[in-house]
Amino acid sequence: MIVDLPPALLLIAGALVVPFLRGPLRAAWMVGVAVAALVNFVGVEHGTHWQVGVFGYTLELGRVDKLGYLFGLLFHIAALLAVIYSLHVKDTVQQVAALAYAGSAIGAVTAGDWITLFVWWELLALTSVFLVWAGRSEKTYAAGVRYLLVNIASGLLLLAGILFRTNDGGSLSIEPMLLGDTASVLIFLAIGIKCAFPLAHGWVIDAYPRATPTGTVFLSAFTTKAAVYLLARVFPGAEPLIWIGLVMASFPIFYAVIENDLRRVLSYSMINQVGFMVVGIGIGTPLAIDGAVAHAFADVIFKGLLFMAMGAVLMRTGTANGTDLGGLYKSMPWTTGFCLVGAASISAFPLFSAFVTKSMILSAALAEHHYLVWWVLLFASAGVLEHAGIKIPYFAFFAHDSGKRPKEAPWNMLVAMAIGSVLCIVIGSFPSLLYGLLPYEPMLHGHAYTPYDATHVVTQMQLLLFAILAVWWLMKAGIYPPEERKINLDVDRLYRALARGFWWIVTVPLAHLGKAIDSAVLERIPARVVAFAGFAHAEERAHRGWVTGASVLIALILLVGYLLVYYLSG
Amino acid sequence: MIDFVQKHLPILIVVLPLLAGLGALFVGRRHQPWMLALATTWTVFGLTIALLTRVLRDGTVEYAIGGWAPPWGIALRVDAVNAFILLIVAGIAAVTTVFARRSIAAEVPDYRWRFFYSAWLLCFTGLLGITITGDAFNLYVLLEISSLSTYTLIALGMGKDRRALTAAFRYLVLGTVGATFILLGIGHLYMMTGTLNMADLAVRLHDLHDNRVVLTAFAFMTVGLGLKVALFPLHMWLPNAYTYAPSVVTAFLAATATKVGAYMAYRFMFTIFGRTFTEGQFTVDIFLITFSCIAIVFASFVAIRQNHIKRLLAYSSVAQIGYIVLGMGLHNPDGLTGSIVHVFNHAITKGGLFLALGAIVYRLGDVTVGEFQGIGRRMPLTAAAIVVGGLSLVGVPLTAGFISKWYLIQGCIESGRWVVAIVVLGGSVLAVVYVWRLVELAYFTAPSQPEVEVREAPLSLLIPTWLLIGATVWFGIDATFTASTARTAAETLLGVIP
Repeated sequence: MIVDLPPALLLIAGALVVPFLRGPLRAAWMVGVAVAALVNFVGVEHGTHWQVGVFGYTLELGRVDKLGYLFGLLFHIAALLAVIYSLHVKDTVQQVAALAYAGSAIGAVTAGDWITLFVWWELLALTSVFLVWAGRSEKTYAAGVRYLLVNIASGLLLLAGILFRTNDGGSLSIEPMLLGDTASVLIFLAIGIKCAFPLAHGWVIDAYPRATPTGTVFLSAFTTKAAVYLLARVFPGAEPLIWIGLVMASFPIFYAVIENDLRRVLSYSMINQVGFMVVGIGIGTPLAIDGAVAHAFADVIFKGLLFMAMGAVLMRTGTANGTDLGGLYKSMPWTTGFCLVGAASISAFPLFSAFVTKSMILSAALAEHHYLVWWVLLFASAGVLEHAGIKIPYFAFFAHDSGKRPKEAPWNMLVAMAIGSVLCIVIGSFPSLLYGLLPYEPMLHGHAYTPYDATHVVTQMQLLLFAILAVWWLMKAGIYPPEERKINLDVDRLYRALARGFWWIVTVPLAHLGKAIDSAVLERIPARVVAFAGFAHAEERAHRGWVTGASVLIALILLVGYLLVYYLSG
Repeated sequence: MIDFVQKHLPILIVVLPLLAGLGALFVGRRHQPWMLALATTWTVFGLTIALLTRVLRDGTVEYAIGGWAPPWGIALRVDAVNAFILLIVAGIAAVTTVFARRSIAAEVPDYRWRFFYSAWLLCFTGLLGITITGDAFNLYVLLEISSLSTYTLIALGMGKDRRALTAAFRYLVLGTVGATFILLGIGHLYMMTGTLNMADLAVRLHDLHDNRVVLTAFAFMTVGLGLKVALFPLHMWLPNAYTYAPSVVTAFLAATATKVGAYMAYRFMFTIFGRTFTEGQFTVDIFLITFSCIAIVFASFVAIRQNHIKRLLAYSSVAQIGYIVLGMGLHNPDGLTGSIVHVFNHAITKGGLFLALGAIVYRLGDVTVGEFQGIGRRMPLTAAAIVVGGLSLVGVPLTAGFISKWYLIQGCIESGRWVVAIVVLGGSVLAVVYVWRLVELAYFTAPSQPEVEVREAPLSLLIPTWLLIGATVWFGIDATFTASTARTAAETLLGVIP
């Protein structure tokens, strides 16, 4: 630790300076801030730092233990990659929002108490929404508003949960809790929304594909992973998580297969990957939690890499639809290569990152005799290979030649993707580097977990080969769903209808009703009574002075009412 | 000198602005009255800080005017409750006076400036006096001083819009009814107890808490105070008064006048009536809670559909007053702390917001939806101030509004009033809707008259605006001072601290 400040504030402070810099200076500043924050964080000592007393509560602005350190490190790396990737962007709002967003995520995973966490939780929503709006069109505007509504709803649930907790005499410190009382259920739901639990996942697939090419890279890294962190911290071993996670790991596969917008495919894929993590947290053994956390680490990098590749395609061609792409490998070879590394990583090929992380979750499921869970996860893994491992690179860069020959991605994007690719391979090839950071790693020393034994590698290779064969056969047989321009109905449609309905009801009938009551019941009707009783002169009426008489009438009625009630009950 | 000031601190706070208010008529016709007002408000602000520090350190400060010991003479009595309110009134006056010079120069013709500053200082005197006095009749006199000068201040908006006159007239009628009811209430109390000293009243009323005359006094007070704080359904004077008054007057009144009304309510309900209020067989709190809940929901709905932004924020004030009264109705420590801290937080929030609107009026002449469109790009700093202030109205964390809602909701949960807690949260959602409307107009709509070139407001308007808006962020992040002072004040009122 070099700077004696809560780690989150470094990026936020850096963000505040951005508007005052221009051109190359600004670019250098952004990279400099991200690097400095990373270097600073690497040296942070574990323990509780920066306690402050605020209105009678003790806040822990920074608590760093193994779990928080791992996520903090991950978020710093993700922030640096995304900053490099977006260096070419000339949009102050996006740049400030992106840095502040990364800072908020780091704040959330290093918060030691619920109030501090709540603040960062809301800031996550408030800063990131600008990345959705940055598209500056009607569609991105509406999607941003919906995104904000859902995320603020999560914040309100969290706040309600915290209030219940303090009212029951619970401490403000973030500690594991049992799922059962009102407070824990509210907090669970709040996390669930940000974690994209089934039915609460609509905002992800609604907003992420609509953000700018660079914005999505930031978005995909932080919010859901901060929620995963919090689940691992607060609800390890909560059984409902196993089943929720299974649903998350499996249902997006079907949507991903039929979806045309490749960034939307990746959004579904993200929910699917988070599903694996949620299952791991639900199983709750040290191995499972380590697996979930490790998988989160790997996922942020390979999913970021895939989003970067698709972002580059979108920027160069103006579209990310499978139907409009194909054959891009000829003019974008580097991007193609990096995308393939990402695809291999997410599909868990040996020597690539997900292989060494996801297998921990599967092994933990077997060790706990959750055979059904194991089977479903295996099926989901095959699905991952199909939609993320094959579909994404295949439709974008190969498949039928679309005739498009865009320029290769700009250098800064290539640098970010190259670093991401290297990280994917390093994690996959030298897993002990990551394992050393895991929260329960010391307990594993007795029988250290080894991903590269014969059983694992053989099982995984079989799975992958058969999945590839299956896809190949489906395509040959013409059963594989072709790319089509169509809209697939998902809960996000329901969200939109609900959001629109809510907005309409509040702003049209209810607001009009309020206004009508304000002028009619409170002014005109009593005014008529006054006029009818002959209290008001014609002259006054002409000056609308009679409305004043009406107000006085109401005051009198109230007085009589109070007197009656006080006397009767007094 | 220092000793003299220390000794006579309470009375100086009232006498200085009173003398300055009269003096403003004679010091000159240009900017001299403003300079006098500026010097006075800042001096008094300093004095109130000194007074609050002393009260928090040593406890209640008593001052007998002319050396006549209470209950015979008029006494000033300052505890944590009114010391805190005094600080709010003086602080807001100091900041808004800075803003007043340019804003008033643009909105009021120059031959009326000295009358304006005279009324301004007299209104300030009245508000401070109401808050500091320990004598019930004295309170009524000062209430009239502040009210009469307020009517004048609102009417001075006529230079821009003649409707200011009807607005002022309407407030005059209703304000007078309110003040008269308060006077009748005080009269009934005097009839029963033979004393006007508040502390003495409290002692003597202790055993008379269910006496019919006292109950009558209580009913008059409830309505009179309801009118003064503009609690639904007695809020009808407020929207027009706020809309047509000169911008800086709106900011000052919104931040102080209803707050002093809330103070009177605290004082009468808790200190003076005490048992009548808290132990009555009937439950007055039900009325307060019901009306405030209706105010929160109803006024927010009305605010959504306003096309004049000042009126929109005026209705928002009616809703926010709901929160303040709600905290009183809960009468538990957390709820009352929430109420008092909201007096402070809402004062800086709404003060800052109305100043920002004043800056727009200064550049564009008015603040209806038309002027507001695309203001985000034309006046970025002013628009940003409105966004931050709006977030505080909603109660977003890191803004002052959050602190108030935190305590209020805790108060609701403490009394097991779940429905009320939901209303408080629901009020925030409605605030999101009307604040969002402002954001949408400012940032996502094109200006209605793009050909007119509009510059950012001058620094003399921006600095006071951002002082208040900055304060909403400051006291949202570090609420130690506001929350602990409000807690002490709440405990004083509830009798935990004598």
